[in-house]
Amino acid sequence: MNQLPLLEIKGLKTFYPIKKGILKRTKAYVKAVNDIDITIYEGETLGVVGESGCGKSTLGRTVLGLERKTGGNIRFRDEEIGNLSDSQLKKYKKHMQMIFQDPFASLDPRQRIGDALEEVFIIHTNLSKNERVQRVKELLVEVGLKKEHYDRFPHEFSGGQRQRIGIARAIALNPSLVICDEAVSALDVSVQAQIIKLLLELQEKHHLTYMFISHDLSVVRHISDRVLVMYLGTTAELGTSDQIYRNPLHPYTKALLSSIPRPIPGKNKERIKLEGEIPSASNYPTGCPFHTRCPLATEQCKVTRPEWREVEEGHFVACHEV
Amino acid sequence: MENGIALEKKDVNRGKKGHFLLDTWKRMCKNKLALIGISIILIQVILAIFAPVLVAHDPYKQDLASAKLSIGTAGHFLGTDNYGRDMWSRLVYGARISLIVGLTSVVLGLAGGVLLGLISGYFKKLDAVIMRIVDLLFAFPGTLLAMLIIAMLGTSLVNVIIAISIWSIPGCARIVRGSVLSVKNQEYILAMKSIGASHTRIIFKHILPNCTAPIIIFATTRMATAILSCASLSYLGLGAQPPSPEWGAMIAAGQDFMWEAPHMAILPGIAIMLTVFAFNVVGDGLRDALDPNIKFDS
Repeated sequence: MNQLPLLEIKGLKTFYPIKKGILKRTKAYVKAVNDIDITIYEGETLGVVGESGCGKSTLGRTVLGLERKTGGNIRFRDEEIGNLSDSQLKKYKKHMQMIFQDPFASLDPRQRIGDALEEVFIIHTNLSKNERVQRVKELLVEVGLKKEHYDRFPHEFSGGQRQRIGIARAIALNPSLVICDEAVSALDVSVQAQIIKLLLELQEKHHLTYMFISHDLSVVRHISDRVLVMYLGTTAELGTSDQIYRNPLHPYTKALLSSIPRPIPGKNKERIKLEGEIPSASNYPTGCPFHTRCPLATEQCKVTRPEWREVEEGHFVACHEV
Repeated sequence: MENGIALEKKDVNRGKKGHFLLDTWKRMCKNKLALIGISIILIQVILAIFAPVLVAHDPYKQDLASAKLSIGTAGHFLGTDNYGRDMWSRLVYGARISLIVGLTSVVLGLAGGVLLGLISGYFKKLDAVIMRIVDLLFAFPGTLLAMLIIAMLGTSLVNVIIAISIWSIPGCARIVRGSVLSVKNQEYILAMKSIGASHTRIIFKHILPNCTAPIIIFATTRMATAILSCASLSYLGLGAQPPSPEWGAMIAAGQDFMWEAPHMAILPGIAIMLTVFAFNVVGDGLRDALDPNIKFDS
């Protein structure tokens, strides 16, 4: 694997203030992303999994600058981008794009597909009208649509087709990093497979790096080189696909994996059921964030937050008991 | 529950066919009352535009010999007023005034209101400030506000237009702000931000086009209110001045002859009523045709 770091995230925090009272003073924070360290290498696919509300999407959005980070560093190709203003960030947006979850909500209903895609070139390039139209038509073909679709409105397309348009918009400027925020979750299984195939083809062709955010563990296993498991805004475990799926170390990862339905009857491993509710990110637990539901929790877990340590090559875990 | 609603919404979107304006028009055609309203407005517009051609008598020309002729008199089929001016001519020229006042004041009011609404809906920090100013304007009863402005600027039709425009701003700003708030949280706005689109581009190319429905409805119903306010201000002597065939002024002039020549006050009254009725039903029809989910406070 190419080991050139593309994106380095260090101690990233994204907190949302909770304001109360007449003076709107900040009383507490929702800690959506709480201290994440991770490096994404060129050309790889990093799967990000975790249950809903664990901060997967916020992580993606913070990287893109759609949410303001509260602390930490984001380095893109050795340049710090976490502190840039919107206008300074614009030139990096060429290199980082996002594919959204809901193909029905991510396209402006009043805008023709051609215009929507052209807009990307209007914002970032100086191409003439003709060149733009030409590029858009090429893009449409590249993502498996037809040139004639140029003049259509979003409501004339199916979910899968719309997602292809979303992909076309994301790859229009040949970005390096594409963040797929639940990019296939809203689609039918058969369409999911087509879209994943398209994503893999495009990755090979354009040497894309994906951050593939999903709650679907089977899809993530299929597409990812490495997998990051998130819990309550922080990292629980990181490793290659094989390491995570064959040899999960963190008790949360084990519980997650045991919840995947298995097609062969009788072979079901015992399902690990987690007790209790996921704690609120506005009332963050002390110590290990998982200790409230962890079957292995000890006194130490309640007090000290476990270190993010490498247990074997490329396999990181945050747990005292491993 | 929330999922159910979201799904329903998607199905509605999926079911849409053809262009948005064409769709709206098709749905409007099913509404008989709205069609009547449209016809009334169309007839008025045609009358107003072609008034010099369509009308036999000069609306200002006095002819004391044939004063206070009643309806149905040969040559003056709607009669004449106390100076012998032809009522039909005056009503048609009055339509001109009403439509111009209505249109300009609504357009001016919209320009201000839409801008304020967009800004306050989109930029959170300015929201509180702009909305408090709007609340302040809202606290005044409409006619009182208009009278206040006219008292400051003097009585004239132009000042009536200014007064009605200013009075239209807060309502428009609130409605636009509301739809901006719902549109700006849509994923396609986030998608535009992630592409790197500027605020101006997002506001005018993506948010405004998706807020058109409530703006159109507001404009139509506001036309009715604007015409009515123009008439009432002129009736009170604050707008168009006597020789002018403005409907409100005509009622004011006619009320002195209520017993001898009732048509002098009743005919402009009917004209006002018809116009206001037409714009109101068209506004209601548009509201149903464009989006049944829009909530309105007038």
